[in-house]
Amino acid sequence: MNRLSVELPGLHLKNPIMPASGCFGFGQEYGKMYDLSLLGAIMIKATTLEPRLGNPTPRVAETPSGMLNAIGLQNPGLAGVMENELPWLEQFDVPIIANVAGTETADYVEVAKVISTAPNVQALELNISCPNVKEGGITFGTDPLIAEELTAAVKAVSKVPVYVKLSPNVTDVKEIALAVERGGADGITMINTLLGMRLDEKTGKPIIANVTGGLSGPAVKPVALKMIYEVSQTVDIPIIGMGGIMNVQDVIDFLSAGASAVAVGTANFVNPFVCPTIIEELPGKLDELGVEHISELVGRSYRS
Amino acid sequence: MIIQESMLVQSQREIAHNIFEMKLQGKLVQEIQAPGQFIHIRVSEAFDMLLRRPISIASIDQENDEITIIYRAEGDGTRSLSKRNEGDRVDVLGPLGNGFPVEETNAGEVAYLIGGGIGVPPLYELSKQLTAKGVTCVHILGFQSENVVFYEEEFKALGETHIVTVDGTNGTEGFVTTVMQNLSEQFATYYSCGPQPMLKAVQEMYANKKGYLSFEERMGCGVGACFACVCQTTERAEANYIKVCSDGPVFPAGVIAI
Repeated sequence: MNRLSVELPGLHLKNPIMPASGCFGFGQEYGKMYDLSLLGAIMIKATTLEPRLGNPTPRVAETPSGMLNAIGLQNPGLAGVMENELPWLEQFDVPIIANVAGTETADYVEVAKVISTAPNVQALELNISCPNVKEGGITFGTDPLIAEELTAAVKAVSKVPVYVKLSPNVTDVKEIALAVERGGADGITMINTLLGMRLDEKTGKPIIANVTGGLSGPAVKPVALKMIYEVSQTVDIPIIGMGGIMNVQDVIDFLSAGASAVAVGTANFVNPFVCPTIIEELPGKLDELGVEHISELVGRSYRS
Repeated sequence: MIIQESMLVQSQREIAHNIFEMKLQGKLVQEIQAPGQFIHIRVSEAFDMLLRRPISIASIDQENDEITIIYRAEGDGTRSLSKRNEGDRVDVLGPLGNGFPVEETNAGEVAYLIGGGIGVPPLYELSKQLTAKGVTCVHILGFQSENVVFYEEEFKALGETHIVTVDGTNGTEGFVTTVMQNLSEQFATYYSCGPQPMLKAVQEMYANKKGYLSFEERMGCGVGACFACVCQTTERAEANYIKVCSDGPVFPAGVIAI
């Protein structure tokens, strides 16, 4: 028996560990360092209809126990991803979750329609929560009605299950979670980054050229845990959790809070081998906790 | 191949005000292909200072599996690194990026090596390799002030060396271009590393010469996955951003829009 396997809509995961979108490119860089087939899945970088050049630099800044980024969804566009990135990933035995972004509903629909036909794309992650683009992104993720309609529009064309990535930059994340569930979402991924800024000590000016950036890393973990704890008790669809996961204990915490699988983001920059390391350490952790299968941990923070 | 390794600190010393020279030993030294490549160092085992720091390689000793890095202890991260002592271990990822093309200058030719501040270190290994193949190296090294000048004797041992300081406390007063104005343009290639305004001035002054510039940008991953350290190319075509960490940090003159 595989003690680490996870069954989710569209996804048969050999383990619950996957790199988070935007932190792993399209896999080629880390693919030179280890066998990507070890991973539960890969959430590739956001794909938009047309190529995007992203924001001006500096695009990153370190903060206490975290980092800010404002990359701005730089990517080669739908055609580039279909022609160059996804076929390259086919050499690995790993499901791909394609992150879909856009500036208007029609963009999302077109990207979802096409990218969901790629043989290795097993699910979509609908990016309605990128805080670093002026149009689209987070504007879709903060209004329940718009989030619901967009989810439904994408669901109508997608050949694979649709997960919606929620923003923590809202008053009540449960409201948005319920909205995307009503829109037909098969699952939820959360959380995206928190809006933040850092000032240069000498000049007093923002370091990030975009002024604000998305905060990630261990600093956001308590926020993510709290939101997953709330949302997992509110909706009936599964959650892939993320937000500052650095090690195997963090994974246990996210599952306990209610996530069924997790994505590792910023930690890849700190330790490029963090995902295979966590996967290797998980069985020992299950032994330590006296748990036979990893699914037994899901939601134990509130289960009686 | 890129390796992550716990490298052994062989020595650590302050060679100028807040400028540290650290020697590290480990297997990844065998993977280094060219001067100008860099390493990515984790400065803290804790999560408080999360991101790795990119630091250039000043000298390579493949026989003894040893590299020398020279860095400025300016922020919390590099200050923390400066506290490491002989016998400590440091988490290093590398070698990263593409370095200076030594093969672009032939034996018997002259190369100008122009560095500014903490951009000077990678030019030292470059000079050693060029000199070893019979290239005559002329070094033009700019610093803020006398108290942050380093490796003056080491560069002089390899060839003609011009020191320039902004306040005139060592060598010529001014910028590297002040010295360059009075030098002959009878050279084959120039190589430069330093702050962007300096790279821009050097590139403009030697617009008709073959040159290679090493760039710096804030990085996330260091391996090309995060798209943080992009810079714009002079070709205003589609997808005209390239990555400093994995496409560079060294680019032929004229490729990057400065």
